[in-house]
Amino acid sequence: MNILVCVKQVPDTNEIKIDPVTNTLVRDGVPSIVNPFDGYALEAAARIKDDAPDTKIVVLSMGPKQAENALRECLAIAADKAYLVTDRIFGGSDTLATSYILSRAIAKVEELEGAKFDAIFCGKQAIDGDTAQVGPEIAEHLGYPQVTYALEVKSAEDGLHVYREAEDGKEVIGVQTPCLVTFTKPSFDPRFPTIKRKMAARKAQITPLTAAELTNIDPAHAGLKGSPTKVKRTYVPPRKEAGVVIKEETTEASAHKLYELLSKSHVI
Amino acid sequence: MEAKTKDLWVLLETNEDGTAKNVGIELLNPGRHLADKQGGKLVSVVIGYHTDAAVKEASTHGADQVIVVDSEEFQRYTTDAYTAALAHMLEKYAPTSMLIGATPNGRDLGPRLSCRLGTGLTADCTALDIDEASGNIAWTRPAFGGNLMAVILCPDHRPQLGTVRPGVFKKPDAGEDKAEIIREDFHVPADQIRTTLLETIREAAGEIVDLEGADIIVSGGRGVGGADGFKIIRELADALGATVGASRAAVDEGWITHSHQVGQTGKTVGPKLYIACGISGAIQHLAGMSSSDVIVAINKDFDAPIFGVADYGFVGNLFEIVPALTAEINKAKA
Repeated sequence: MNILVCVKQVPDTNEIKIDPVTNTLVRDGVPSIVNPFDGYALEAAARIKDDAPDTKIVVLSMGPKQAENALRECLAIAADKAYLVTDRIFGGSDTLATSYILSRAIAKVEELEGAKFDAIFCGKQAIDGDTAQVGPEIAEHLGYPQVTYALEVKSAEDGLHVYREAEDGKEVIGVQTPCLVTFTKPSFDPRFPTIKRKMAARKAQITPLTAAELTNIDPAHAGLKGSPTKVKRTYVPPRKEAGVVIKEETTEASAHKLYELLSKSHVI
Repeated sequence: MEAKTKDLWVLLETNEDGTAKNVGIELLNPGRHLADKQGGKLVSVVIGYHTDAAVKEASTHGADQVIVVDSEEFQRYTTDAYTAALAHMLEKYAPTSMLIGATPNGRDLGPRLSCRLGTGLTADCTALDIDEASGNIAWTRPAFGGNLMAVILCPDHRPQLGTVRPGVFKKPDAGEDKAEIIREDFHVPADQIRTTLLETIREAAGEIVDLEGADIIVSGGRGVGGADGFKIIRELADALGATVGASRAAVDEGWITHSHQVGQTGKTVGPKLYIACGISGAIQHLAGMSSSDVIVAINKDFDAPIFGVADYGFVGNLFEIVPALTAEINKAKA
């Protein structure tokens, strides 16, 4: 089975701070990581490969050259090959333009690899943009069925069986291949890379795909110009005013005070 | 696509029994405001099977028009059937904008639909207005786990699409049942639905965790100390008729299952009351609960970031205050 995993390099939101004076987001010096949900997608692919060792896992990212670091991490964990879509003219793309570029890049990677992908795995969303749009949009560009919020995937005779989070429990969805699956957090932890894989990943070749290679892309649908949505402005939400600190003589008195305050605000 | 009308559509998602999901009714509230400003009708679009109750609910809650697609293949949500139905209707009627609840299904459907129509979609909005300068909808949404808000416009493409977070808007008051009802005879052949439900694994009775729909949530974090520590959290939740939530730390420790997790890798919630017990308030947790109406923080560390978003704070031992609060509530009920 051939699986493509889409990954994004994102700032570690654990490390994001708000400048208390200017009330703006401080991004300088914030470390970059592989988007955690993409890590779950990679782990799901790796688990399929555990069962079927002839599975091939290719990772694809779009971003500046430094996104190579994220791809190397994926190579160290489980991927066999990595491609990076990188070109200034793709900058400023919204989700629709990004998914268009990626869907065309996938066609190019299939051509270079000489084989079609049976499944495309993505994280359910990236933790910087939080949109959860790029996966389903890639599926639509490619005309593939999609399953979102997956926890685990098993290869079956008639395609894939996807265990997914539903509103009131879990469900198993059968889907024909080729298809696209987006992953949320499973109950198991993703594996760590071995030292040996880490060293190999450091030296691995990452194939860049620029606009010059991706001749199947219509520039009118890429980048800022090709994006239907425009960011009008951004702002850091105003901080809440300091709350009421409850501190009575005894714990019981504090509990009583808290109860009264909550009753008065009609929330209980 | 060119808009043919100035109408604003709201998708009304239905349950399997054909009743309305709350968010589709809630959205009639901001929908009315936007439709009036746009100078068009407020249209509720109902998709499901045996949907009479949902249609009536939309009509009594302020829709000017209800467009209904009612057929067996829509009883359960599938990406393929719902995308086909909505794309068909949006092309036929060409409204200028549409709101979709940012439920799991809504967030599965929205991007698929926007891509098929080649238009812009803004995800998981928490505020909506009309941009005075351009007349476009100004979609406000959180990014970076709620640390940054962005105002997004879709100036040159129609329809303007957005998903809107459930629980942000209140349901409009019920009134007269007077909407114009239009029934669309639309069907999706079985072979065009490429996914099959093979099995449903319901949580055991008592284990169903509806965090997103909860009015009150009592959550425990690392400070709870262990699986046993959740006992007093559950007791407080029971007294309040609340749902039990948890921080990632508590879930990662294995004290409680992931279905209880609130935050960036768990559920995003907006209850009337959120009581955080022994939760320090990492950014990822705050991202999932800071839009709650009233937040109570109970933590032994005064510097914990959770106090930054709390309306009421108690600094001290949660093992004393939580049972004391439970006792107060039970006393008041008695």
